[in-house]
Amino acid sequence: MIFSIFFHLLILFGLAPLLAGIIARVKAKIGGRQGQPLLQLYWDLGKLFRKRMVISTTTTWVFRAGPLVGFVVPVMISLLVPFGPVAAPISFSGDLVLFAYLLALARFFTVLAALDTGSSFEGMGAAREATFAILIEPTIFVVFIVLARLAGDFSLNGMFVPVKAGFNTPAGIATTLAIICLFIVMLAENCRIPFDDPNTHLELTMIHEVMVLDHSGPDLALILYGAAMKLMISAILIADLLRPVTADPLLGSLSFLVVLIILAIMVGLVESAMARLRLIRIPQLLVGTTLLSFFALIMLLR
Amino acid sequence: MSATSVCKNGGILPLATIPRLTSAEFAALIKTRLTEGARLAACLAVPEGDGDASFTLYAVLADDQGGDLLVVAQKPQRQFDSLTPTISHVHLFEREIGEQYGVKFAGHPWFKPVRFHAPWPGGSDGWDRDPEIHPLVGDMDYFTVEGEEIHEVGVGPVHAGVIEPGHFRFQCYGEQVLHLEISLGYQHRGIEKMLLGGPWPRTAMQIETMAGDTTIGHMSAYSMVLEGLAGMAISPRARALRAIALELERLANHVGDIGALAADIGFLPTSAYCGRLRGDYLNLSAQLCGSRFGRGLVRPGGVLFDADKALLTKMRQTLEAVARNTRGAIELFFSTPSVLARLEGTGRVTARDAYYLGLVGVAGRACGIDADVRRYHGTGSYLPDEIPAMIEEGGDVLARAQVRRQEIEHSLEFLNLHLSELPAGELRQVLPPLAPGCLAVAMVEGWRGPVTHVGLTDADGRFVRYKAVDPSFFNWSGLALALRDGQISDFPLCNKSFNLSYCGFDL
Repeated sequence: MIFSIFFHLLILFGLAPLLAGIIARVKAKIGGRQGQPLLQLYWDLGKLFRKRMVISTTTTWVFRAGPLVGFVVPVMISLLVPFGPVAAPISFSGDLVLFAYLLALARFFTVLAALDTGSSFEGMGAAREATFAILIEPTIFVVFIVLARLAGDFSLNGMFVPVKAGFNTPAGIATTLAIICLFIVMLAENCRIPFDDPNTHLELTMIHEVMVLDHSGPDLALILYGAAMKLMISAILIADLLRPVTADPLLGSLSFLVVLIILAIMVGLVESAMARLRLIRIPQLLVGTTLLSFFALIMLLR
Repeated sequence: MSATSVCKNGGILPLATIPRLTSAEFAALIKTRLTEGARLAACLAVPEGDGDASFTLYAVLADDQGGDLLVVAQKPQRQFDSLTPTISHVHLFEREIGEQYGVKFAGHPWFKPVRFHAPWPGGSDGWDRDPEIHPLVGDMDYFTVEGEEIHEVGVGPVHAGVIEPGHFRFQCYGEQVLHLEISLGYQHRGIEKMLLGGPWPRTAMQIETMAGDTTIGHMSAYSMVLEGLAGMAISPRARALRAIALELERLANHVGDIGALAADIGFLPTSAYCGRLRGDYLNLSAQLCGSRFGRGLVRPGGVLFDADKALLTKMRQTLEAVARNTRGAIELFFSTPSVLARLEGTGRVTARDAYYLGLVGVAGRACGIDADVRRYHGTGSYLPDEIPAMIEEGGDVLARAQVRRQEIEHSLEFLNLHLSELPAGELRQVLPPLAPGCLAVAMVEGWRGPVTHVGLTDADGRFVRYKAVDPSFFNWSGLALALRDGQISDFPLCNKSFNLSYCGFDL
């Protein structure tokens, strides 16, 4: 148990910044640029952890708690998720509810920390984040219900297994829809284009980035690391479903990694190929995604 | 009408021949001309220097249909009634004059400082601020909306991007902007004041930095004013070189703007390519005169740098490759559905608002205002029949982007034509002394819009007043209106679609 937790976290801590690096590299290549090194985020984190922090005198302990919770939560939820052939160290029936609400807890503290600064920018970002989170949550739950029903298991470990059903069966169609929903949720949850632009410097258009403007040094490193881990976990959920079925643990691990990298490349491609949505259009897309997830459910219930 | 004095672009009028109207006649004449389709190009006050502290008001109107510039003057007065309630176009000019000379305009609905400097003659100013203390930039009463759910967002003067300083205050209801007030003046250097008694040897350098990205535009206008006052005509070759430089400046900025729009909406390919291509156009300017921004190319009397056959061939070849890439990047931008969805309907300015604010240039043409100095007041290389109307009707970010696209296409064709063969002529001729007691007006269609310069000389041929109007002076009000009832998250995109000059406004 202890060993498996340790192994799980090792994979998480080790690989999370690489995924972000792959996305950045794909975007750079398509834009005709050389791009930053694949391992840039590791260096950035190292640099930030060595820095001092500047903390506004108007803030309270909540401001410090935001990044901390934002870092701890992805670590905790990763323990509930199987990493391909590596089973989740902690698993129990109904852990999917814990998963969803730990994510909500992290968001709650990020929003509070943003409001704590008293800045009008951060207040706007907090309002946006809270609004969009409400719209993402139904999709996550409906997708979970679909997968739980398909697998006949109420734990993430049992639900996120390779798809065996053929794509022309109702179960296959439901899974396909669920995967599409999960991909959109991944983009929305992790503030990627078309929902948010992680590279923008324009505070007025930001959603997530604007909430962390006042953090610096190790706190900022925690936020960046936490965000990278959250992105990796979102991608792992999809990769778990898409990875080929194999009994060989080595081949299974390798194919799982390949699927993960392909997902990162796909995120990079989406970000290169399309522009951001207008902020008022985002709810429409999120509600549409929820509807899509309901269709998946209907496919199973009819 | 006998009450107006008419000249052509770059022309000159003896001050004595300009009739002085009463303020009622002055207002009525401007109003009539504006409703007939003329545009207000500039408005300025000139102190009479009779110890009486009275001022003569001048207004320059551009009559596009006749290709004429009309100059109207008002009898010297000490007290002024504001014309803004009936002629909204002059609202900012009256505030400017109020600040420059400490004159109050009775009945002005929005009488606030513009650039936050002490009045030129000294003494008390239009707002009775302490003359001993330099006014603090941005220190004025802002319009506020009150209510439980209203919040105020202040942006600037220090920005996240590497741009110029300006302060923006939003009154918001949630994400909706009820009102945006823009307060500038942080870049005020007092160029117009420094020009009094000029021209000086250093004046050329000051004009070139009025708005650094419009170096050729402002410098050409200044040179035309001086050439007009000196009564000389520059050679066709110098004219052609100025036109080439002006179009290169336009290309660099428009291509850069499209790239910046793409960056704002997170559309990477066009953003990355246009950023590089802008550099290529700047480098073409550098091939011509050694400066990427065209500094030191245009001087009164002609130009300082020649382009021989070999250089022209080289520039044409470079341009050919760059033009191909530009068209590709722009084509991709305008054929991507997510881009069009993002731009369309964002930051709309109605044609009515555009008319009453007197929007000019790219922003004006995007609202369907067919005004273009090259088209209607063209001189030299800009023959009227060469320039099509590059207008759009939408008034939104998309329309402003498409006007730029049309202009890029036109500029590329223009350069292709003019780079092949330059007319002969002397590069630079000596400037004769300036005519005394005269007024000269020059307009140049810079990349943002018309750059208008007006110079008035005293009995010795020195400047008694020099007025420069950057298109940004009109268009900042347009940006404020574009945001009204819009989304606050659309502000950066709208701002980029106008891409106005801070220093060109602040002077």
